[in-house]
Amino acid sequence: MASLRPVLEAPEISRALTRIAHEVLERNHGPQGLVLLGIPRRGVHLARRLAERLAAVEPGVDAAAIAGSLDVTMYRDDLRRQPARTLLPTALPPGGVDDRIVVLVDDVLFSGRTVRAALDALNDLGRPRAVRLAVLVDRGHRELPIRADHVGKNLPTAASERVRVLLEETDGRDAVLIEGAPESGEGRA
Amino acid sequence: MKHLLSAADLSREEAVQVLDVAEQMAGTQQREIKKLPALRGRTVVNLFFEDSTRTRISFEAAAKRLSADVITFSAKGSSVSKGESLKDTALTLEAMGADAVVVRHPASGAPHRLARAGWTRSAVLNAGDGTHEHPTQALLDAYTLRRHLVGGGGPAAGADLAGLRVGIVGDVLHSRVARSDVLLLHTLGAEVTLVAPPTLLPVGVETWPCRVSYDLDGALEGLDAVMALRVQLERMDAAFFPSAREYSRRYGLDARRLALLPDHAVLLHPGPMNRGLEITAEAADGTRSRIVEQVSNGVAVRMAALYLLLAGEDA
Repeated sequence: MASLRPVLEAPEISRALTRIAHEVLERNHGPQGLVLLGIPRRGVHLARRLAERLAAVEPGVDAAAIAGSLDVTMYRDDLRRQPARTLLPTALPPGGVDDRIVVLVDDVLFSGRTVRAALDALNDLGRPRAVRLAVLVDRGHRELPIRADHVGKNLPTAASERVRVLLEETDGRDAVLIEGAPESGEGRA
Repeated sequence: MKHLLSAADLSREEAVQVLDVAEQMAGTQQREIKKLPALRGRTVVNLFFEDSTRTRISFEAAAKRLSADVITFSAKGSSVSKGESLKDTALTLEAMGADAVVVRHPASGAPHRLARAGWTRSAVLNAGDGTHEHPTQALLDAYTLRRHLVGGGGPAAGADLAGLRVGIVGDVLHSRVARSDVLLLHTLGAEVTLVAPPTLLPVGVETWPCRVSYDLDGALEGLDAVMALRVQLERMDAAFFPSAREYSRRYGLDARRLALLPDHAVLLHPGPMNRGLEITAEAADGTRSRIVEQVSNGVAVRMAALYLLLAGEDA
């Protein structure tokens, strides 16, 4: 049986998100034009938490009005290799994405394929002024020329290991775990 | 799920999944760019041996919105009018590499034959066969009912139709919609009552999972939704009711009858309507009517069915 090794606990996740929120603001010289789009499932909750942190630092920012979700299922390159999956909601904040600074938010950055799918999905929704990427964990092993702008933690892993992100909203607690599955392990991108 | 031949093929979970995916598909149809890449490179053949406007256009729009290549084949103007059999037509389509065949046929059971006879590896979607079934119509009816009666006009992800009371009125005998609706709505937990003159009820209707009544006024009370069925004059080979006037007096939906329903109740009709026979123009165009919306919901539901059948592996 695979071993489960915790690498981040709730306080560290919270600190990482607070730091990312500040980085996003700093990089953008303020909150203007920002839209945070989480990739379901867990990215959506992370995007909402980031938006709440932005709203806490920047008066005048309404967290609900800048956070949204972007389902990439139909844009995945492995769509045909698995049974058809249920679609999850895509919900854009009121002003859409045209001419906004879109920050894509996901839990784990791995092969980069999910992010590529997200860029394609975004392309069908409008034309943002810029797109940035924020992830809680970057575990390496990229298969596409994609990098993150904001990273909670860089986590060197073996390709055979699995990284599991648990969030209060979906799993009842916050944690990042590494599951050491010998060989066959195919983590999610 | 490889084919969609009967509403009975769907479990409660599968049916709810189709409705949930349809919600998301409907969301994408509000966008400026309505096209999605999910079925890029797939070929969908619309095989129509019987006239249809709504269903054919709806399937065609659904497949195109998902980026599939669509070949529409209607019996008129094809070799079918020269006497080609269903089998030879199927072999031709197989040779052309169709991934899915959407079939409408006047013979009950034709889609089943097409799917099971080993003539083709395509997924088969029943778009109406004879007086048997029309599963995507039942799905769009369920979707419309869920939106209005469970979601309060909006999405209701994960929900079924438990406890809703639905009346289906009219020519049940010739209706493929009625059979599919009874099966699917029952799967989703709704209580269905069929209302029709005894001559327009099929043999064996007592074994269907629904109630049957001959008296429309008595059945209307407490219904959450009522659906009028088209009187299918083209399929009638005998006198099933004394006169059109008597039929519409006893089984037609008009403003007086709709007023007997609770305030939240909605009115459906699978179309095309015989205005003045099973439904008055006043009722069809009234505030309870969701008939026009049913058509647009049809595209979202068919997108969901095509996506779930074709987008994954083994398609």
